[in-house]
Amino acid sequence: MRHLLSMEDLDRAAIERILDRAKTFTEVSEREIKKVPALRGRRVLNLFYESSTRTRSSFELAAKSLSADVINFAASGSAVDKGESLKDTVQTLSAYRPDLIVIRTPFVGAPELVARWTTAGVVNAGDGKHEHPTQALLDVYTLRERLGSLEGLNIWIVGDVTHSRVARSNIIAFQMLGAKVTVCGPPTLIPRGMEALGCDVEYTLDRLHEADVVYTLRMQHERMTDSFVPSLREYAAQYQIDGRRLSSRQVLMHPGPVNRGVELAAEVIDSPQALIGQQVAAGVVVRMAVLFELLAGRSAPQPALSTPVPA
Amino acid sequence: MLDHRETPPADVLIKGAHVLDPRAGIDERLDVRIANGTIAELGPDLESDGEVLDGAGKHLFPGFVDPHVHLRTPGQEHKEDLDTGTRSAAAGGFVAIVAMPNTSPTVDSAPILRSLRESARREARVPVGFMASVTHGLAGETLTEMAELREAGALGFTDDGKPVHRAGILRKALQYQKLSGAIIALHEEDPTLSGKGVMHEGEVSARLGLAGIPSISESTLIARDAAIAGYEGGRIHIQHLSARESVEAIAEAKARGVQITCEASPHHLTLTHDALLERLDTRLKMNPPLRAERDRQALIEGLRSGVIDCIATDHAPHAREEKEQPFEDAPMGTTGLETAFAAVYTELVKPGVLPLELIVHKLSAGAALMGLPTPLIGVGKPADLVLVDLDASWEVGESGYESRSENCCFDGRTLHGKVLTTIAAGGIVYRERRLTAV
Repeated sequence: MRHLLSMEDLDRAAIERILDRAKTFTEVSEREIKKVPALRGRRVLNLFYESSTRTRSSFELAAKSLSADVINFAASGSAVDKGESLKDTVQTLSAYRPDLIVIRTPFVGAPELVARWTTAGVVNAGDGKHEHPTQALLDVYTLRERLGSLEGLNIWIVGDVTHSRVARSNIIAFQMLGAKVTVCGPPTLIPRGMEALGCDVEYTLDRLHEADVVYTLRMQHERMTDSFVPSLREYAAQYQIDGRRLSSRQVLMHPGPVNRGVELAAEVIDSPQALIGQQVAAGVVVRMAVLFELLAGRSAPQPALSTPVPA
Repeated sequence: MLDHRETPPADVLIKGAHVLDPRAGIDERLDVRIANGTIAELGPDLESDGEVLDGAGKHLFPGFVDPHVHLRTPGQEHKEDLDTGTRSAAAGGFVAIVAMPNTSPTVDSAPILRSLRESARREARVPVGFMASVTHGLAGETLTEMAELREAGALGFTDDGKPVHRAGILRKALQYQKLSGAIIALHEEDPTLSGKGVMHEGEVSARLGLAGIPSISESTLIARDAAIAGYEGGRIHIQHLSARESVEAIAEAKARGVQITCEASPHHLTLTHDALLERLDTRLKMNPPLRAERDRQALIEGLRSGVIDCIATDHAPHAREEKEQPFEDAPMGTTGLETAFAAVYTELVKPGVLPLELIVHKLSAGAALMGLPTPLIGVGKPADLVLVDLDASWEVGESGYESRSENCCFDGRTLHGKVLTTIAAGGIVYRERRLTAV
């Protein structure tokens, strides 16, 4: 595997291999010197066309923990502002000979284009409303850590599905690992044809009690201006997960950043059922495993992995 | 009202081709002798001391007429101009094409139209007719001087690329049609429904996370405009039908006696949004978008039943750098002149979905709708002919395009049916390269 563009690039075995490797990397963060030499001398280029705090920093930390060199390229303030096309930017940056390009872009399918225009491997760190595969991997990792397996789980994804790349990647990942997925949200924010992804669609929380996992999505303020929902107040009344709606046997997830008091009530964010902090923590080790998977290669012998040596 | 540069009138004998002209009732192996650009003789075993084209094993059809082409001139000659666009038409077997007015500037005044027609008389390889816009600058606000534009040679009026969004403006245009007498062609899309959509709204857009253009954005406006045309007794032509609901809306309007005609494009007849799952290729981005299989089937059935009157390419060239962008940023449109017959033949005729004579008929039926003479194979008729090898297969784009642009949605596909020679308005305007090399 050279690229990670979509969750569909992975099969169940590949997901489990990446998650198992991520698990072995947790030990690195607990050391005094938080670094292994696995990717020493490799170049990772972070190409971010959208603002991002946790995804970009966790990719950077992941690459550095594996001793790769990292170049951060943010679109604003660069040649992109002067009208340089994506193709020219990618070809220019390719002259720096990166081994891997991590791209975040507002455009669906742009990582696939980049993969065609460069010899480097490409990781999709979010393309428009399409996919965000490393988020799905870290969510699956977090769930596995908490519940052991996803097999037979009933997972509800609640909120603005239309505008969520996290939802699309997670639907694919959760189902690949044996879970049953239901998406739930306002009818204006569930795209027509969503059932084609294999999930069920609900428009109310009436059957939320059937869920083992409640995965809430961020409700963006600009949705109100387009009349997708009449008001945040109305949205919260219908779809907010609070202490009454969340039962004690359910776990709660959210990709962040949370709108406290909109999609989630404060009491559930701070409850022991919430895995939100664990999701963030998983981001680094899972992205380390993705970088390792793409750069070190599966077949390449890497004894350093099982007994990592401080760099 | 068609313009083109002078081509020497052909003196040529086409020998042994299977001649098929559904309107003339010809469907047999015949020799066709053309003298001074006119069909002089039809029959078996004709002789000539001039040039002879070997038609053995080939088919000869009346030339195709495309009522919907973008030649991008004036103003966007980096995409296409009158020379390259009409070369492309000739290579596709078209003997007349109709250019849309959404150029830069818009063809919305008689001086612009006159100068364009003058250019065509210098540059166009095949006869071109020009539409003028319904409203100034396609803004949908104020009517153009339709009577003067008509006198200056406008074939008809359209704001193609955009709908005439305000019902009141369309109504006035249809009232004014009593004076201009020219067809009004409509791009049907309710922008409050299509919004920022970049592809068909359905399972594929849901999966890709792309904003969708729902079928109802087209069909609801067709229903509205058919009602207005019926009320005013006006005549409208609906461009590039894409959705099943639209076929139904037109069928209902026709049944009520509304003077409404419509066209469908080769890409909507042969491709669906599923193609975007294989590869998010900007050449597959057009407006209206490739829709679902049920829509494609409805279009095919519409051709068969007669609800759909003709095939039109909506040839929409764009430069490479414009299409080499992320899908959402790329402009809408595919080229289509060079692949129209082959695409429809390969996907619909060869598998036995539609008969060859129906396709041949529909590929020139747009002429009459635009008030142009329909090519006909008969003694004394001007030679408007296309010689085709149905057995020849070719990979689209393998030897480039005649068009200045290469944004063809069929690029890389293997198609059957190759245009060998095109004779337009009596002159040979295209010869397949391999044929002339012999």
